[in-house]
Amino acid sequence: MESPDDRKYTRTHEWVALDGDVATIGVTDFAQSELGDITYLELPEVGDAIALDQAFGIIESVKAANDIFSPVDGDVVERNEAVVAAPEMVNTSPFGDAWLVRVRVADPQQLDALLTAEEYRELAKASAH
Amino acid sequence: MTFNPHTDGDRAAMLEATGVKAVEEFFTPVPQRVRFPELDLPPVLTELEATDHLAAFAARNDAPPAQDVYLGAGSYRHFIPATVGQILARGEFYTAYTPYQPEVSQGTLQVIYEFQSLVAALTGMDVANASMYDGATALAEGALMTVSSARGRRRIVISPTVHPAYRDVLRTYLEGLDLDLVEIPLTSSGFLATPDDIAPYLTDDLACVVVQYPNFFGGIEEIAAMGDLAHARGGALVVSTYPVPLALLQPPGELGADVVAAEGQELGVPQGYGGPYVGLLASRQSYVRQMPGRLAGMTTDTDGKRGFVLTLQTREQHIRREKATSNICTNQGLMATAATVYMATLGPEGFREVARRSYQNAHYLAERVSDVPGYSLATAGAFFHEFVVATPGPARDVLAALLEQGIHGGLDLSKLDPMLDGYLLMCATETNTKQGIDRLVDALPR
Repeated sequence: MESPDDRKYTRTHEWVALDGDVATIGVTDFAQSELGDITYLELPEVGDAIALDQAFGIIESVKAANDIFSPVDGDVVERNEAVVAAPEMVNTSPFGDAWLVRVRVADPQQLDALLTAEEYRELAKASAH
Repeated sequence: MTFNPHTDGDRAAMLEATGVKAVEEFFTPVPQRVRFPELDLPPVLTELEATDHLAAFAARNDAPPAQDVYLGAGSYRHFIPATVGQILARGEFYTAYTPYQPEVSQGTLQVIYEFQSLVAALTGMDVANASMYDGATALAEGALMTVSSARGRRRIVISPTVHPAYRDVLRTYLEGLDLDLVEIPLTSSGFLATPDDIAPYLTDDLACVVVQYPNFFGGIEEIAAMGDLAHARGGALVVSTYPVPLALLQPPGELGADVVAAEGQELGVPQGYGGPYVGLLASRQSYVRQMPGRLAGMTTDTDGKRGFVLTLQTREQHIRREKATSNICTNQGLMATAATVYMATLGPEGFREVARRSYQNAHYLAERVSDVPGYSLATAGAFFHEFVVATPGPARDVLAALLEQGIHGGLDLSKLDPMLDGYLLMCATETNTKQGIDRLVDALPR
């Protein structure tokens, strides 16, 4: 699955899309394919604060349980209950329906420091094994 | 799987395949001076000499008949039916280790699954694991399950009536962690902690309240009320208990417990000078991902046949590494098997009978002892099979007098706390008898 151009990326395989001051965060297709069948998601509650480069949740598959790192500082305004109830959605729609959380960002300019889609595609290609 | 030792032919083939002349060559990375050191050992004993040597040590143990022992305090003498030893002695159980290729060990996993099911049923909880090392470490790990730095839950409040050795172990487990352990002093009388004792220490960063049921002094506390206080602060209730009392008492799961830990030694495991024992750990479904240790699960294979697996392994330290709740990656398989055979042999009725007789013997003992002038029952309220007696003068003198008659009267509580001089913790199980109890009462110094 192609990494869409309309968003930014982290070195730890999260994506973030900004709309005004609300950022939607998810994990990439590369992440889901490396992890295998996703079985469980632990996500913060609405109202929780998340911090740049800090782990804010856990994504668990049949063979691993990895931290999900935040690309921004912000407060959680929405949590995707559908994906919590059906974690396998991350395998089929990582860039679409399986977004994880929406946060109100304190400083939208934090996204400037992240990878572009092109840069992320390079990273993913180099990481693949 | 059967054990296949190497033959000389096997070794020769392996040496040829690796191009190595002799097995000693594999050890050349080890520095010469420590590679094959001279060992200064005494001369070899024959099996007969070794047996005599060890028997002489064993003879120094004082092993009184069960009916003359009234010592509990966390390790209990119960009758172990012959089925336990017979089944345990099977090589498949006796020498098996924690399965690392679990699906090949279906028999082992099935026993673990049955064990887990019995523990969950006994404690009234949703899920139990394959066992921990002992009751003390099970309790420490159980408390840690409720901690969450992400949610700001870092305070553990522990009741003063939890077994002192268990409190020591919890303290050790928490060393170096950025957590707040609050040990409440015992201020209420009657050797019982109350909800009022606990309430002042509960704050909004409460991870859990840890209580014991029945408590270390044998008494039964208001566990449900303590649970309500913890829950009102967003914290969990962690209960340390024992299996045999649960045959008669309401299980902790019905009293609001979120996590239950217990010492499983009572279930077919000998007292054995303190071990090996077996820790039981159970919790509500919502805590299952924080549960340490192994979890056996039941599922179906691609042909639709029932099979057993180790499940939720991604929680464990070989995958989560330093982010795992715990680094335990094994269980007490042999003792857990003993516990399963014990419970299966007794069945619910037999198990209740063990508990009933323990209760009745203890209450007869308490009644007769407290009738002796100078002695009184110090445990307030209801108790199961242990209780505290106030003695006329130091408890050690009472114990010395009883020992002269070959009777082990219980635990002198001044050993734990000099302030508790003159208090004796006594225990009775189904292995005690009316005659034995009458004999103890006659031997009590007046």
